[in-house]
Amino acid sequence: MHLRARWLAAAAFGLGVAGHADVLPEDRTDVLYHRYDGGGITVQGPSVLVRKKFGDSFSASYQYYEDLISSASLDVLSTASPYKEKRTQHNLNLNYLNGSTLYSAGFIYSSEPDYKSNTGFLSVSQSMFGDLTTVSFGYSQGWDKVGEVDHGVVVQAFNNGIGHANANHRTWTLGVSQVLTRDLLLGLNLEASENDGYLQSPYRPVRYVDPFSIKGYTFGLAVAPNTRSGSAGSAQLKYYLPWHAALDGSYRIYGDTWGIVANTVKFGYVQPLFTDLTLEGTARYYWQSHANFYSDLYPYQDSQNFTSRDRELAQFHSLTLGLGASWEFHPGWPHWVDKGTLNFNYNRLHISYQDFHDNLIPSLVPGDEPLYAFDANVMQFFLSVWY
Amino acid sequence: MRPSLPAAPTARRPPALPALLLATLMPAALLLGGCSPIEPWVKPYEREHLADPIMSFDRNPISSGYMDHVFETREGARGATGSVGGGCGCN
Repeated sequence: MHLRARWLAAAAFGLGVAGHADVLPEDRTDVLYHRYDGGGITVQGPSVLVRKKFGDSFSASYQYYEDLISSASLDVLSTASPYKEKRTQHNLNLNYLNGSTLYSAGFIYSSEPDYKSNTGFLSVSQSMFGDLTTVSFGYSQGWDKVGEVDHGVVVQAFNNGIGHANANHRTWTLGVSQVLTRDLLLGLNLEASENDGYLQSPYRPVRYVDPFSIKGYTFGLAVAPNTRSGSAGSAQLKYYLPWHAALDGSYRIYGDTWGIVANTVKFGYVQPLFTDLTLEGTARYYWQSHANFYSDLYPYQDSQNFTSRDRELAQFHSLTLGLGASWEFHPGWPHWVDKGTLNFNYNRLHISYQDFHDNLIPSLVPGDEPLYAFDANVMQFFLSVWY
Repeated sequence: MRPSLPAAPTARRPPALPALLLATLMPAALLLGGCSPIEPWVKPYEREHLADPIMSFDRNPISSGYMDHVFETREGARGATGSVGGGCGCN
């Protein structure tokens, strides 16, 4: 029982910042194993991405992704029992190239016992000014079912009386990729989103002061607004260094109608070594303010119209440091394989909450518990083959 | 009652010729300039560095997509990263 309502992330559909509208994506296959371990949660699983061109104008890609989740997080231990479950996701993407214009359409389906998600997206990308500029526009729409019936058993019943609640999502994106000099690239992305329906987590209750409880507080149902609109803008620069290396930096700002404002800063450095090895280092800092209606501890039950203690809506900052290594090889067999790479990425994530307390640590006064923080190890091992 | 005095004539100087020319020609130049093709300031043969795989904003989409998912399931902000996600993101 872990579900956390969220809407779909969507952006430039792989065409905005990085896109080249006058070429189709490369033919390649990636096989990835991922593992996340932190905050009492372990998530691991495989993913496979296959891309193939058909003639000079068409290409298609398919991705399978799997999460095997084992959770004993703070939220779970507070009000429920540790659990295990699986989430699977299927992505299908089609591309059509016509001159300097690339059209894309796709569909994503995600399934787990208590959450089903369907997302469709369209995008168009155009190169101009001697291929120095690429502009892309995209739209996506998602339909989610929260609390789906699983094998004939109603996992979670909601207020619409049909065994599940709905959540709908719409996203518009605009991306620009610009060559500034022979060594410098600029990427800009804008995104606006609208969401309505059941947008909260039924498994993250609020807590309020209760003088009749032994602990001094009691958990109760959260009530979040059923609409949420957000917008995000980002800028990214990438610079080629004279000794055959690349340096990049990016900044993103986000704001929404729930009152969350977030800033993200990221730096990366890529250094090829010898002829076959490439090393990479990244640093990412994230900070957000809390939602208007969020509180770690309410003074009493139903003290305001909207309530939430979902720590995704709390005020916090996080730092992620990453290292990656990639080894390139050129196999003689099979003959249709051009090259391959073996890759290993490791990221260390630290999240420190500023108004979310660890209620599992006893305290004489409710709300005086230490602030919650955790570290996580995120690993990826993947094989990529170009053909 | 005192008779009102006639208003003193205001002296309006004609605009200086250079300013007039500038105000007329600048928009015209901008408009006409929009009709001529923009010359690429980085020629195709000067894009060797930009074409290097290390200059790609997204060298490994399967990897960056996974990291976007890791962040989006724990943060309130999302979007403008260049990827599409899906599902609950419960981990």
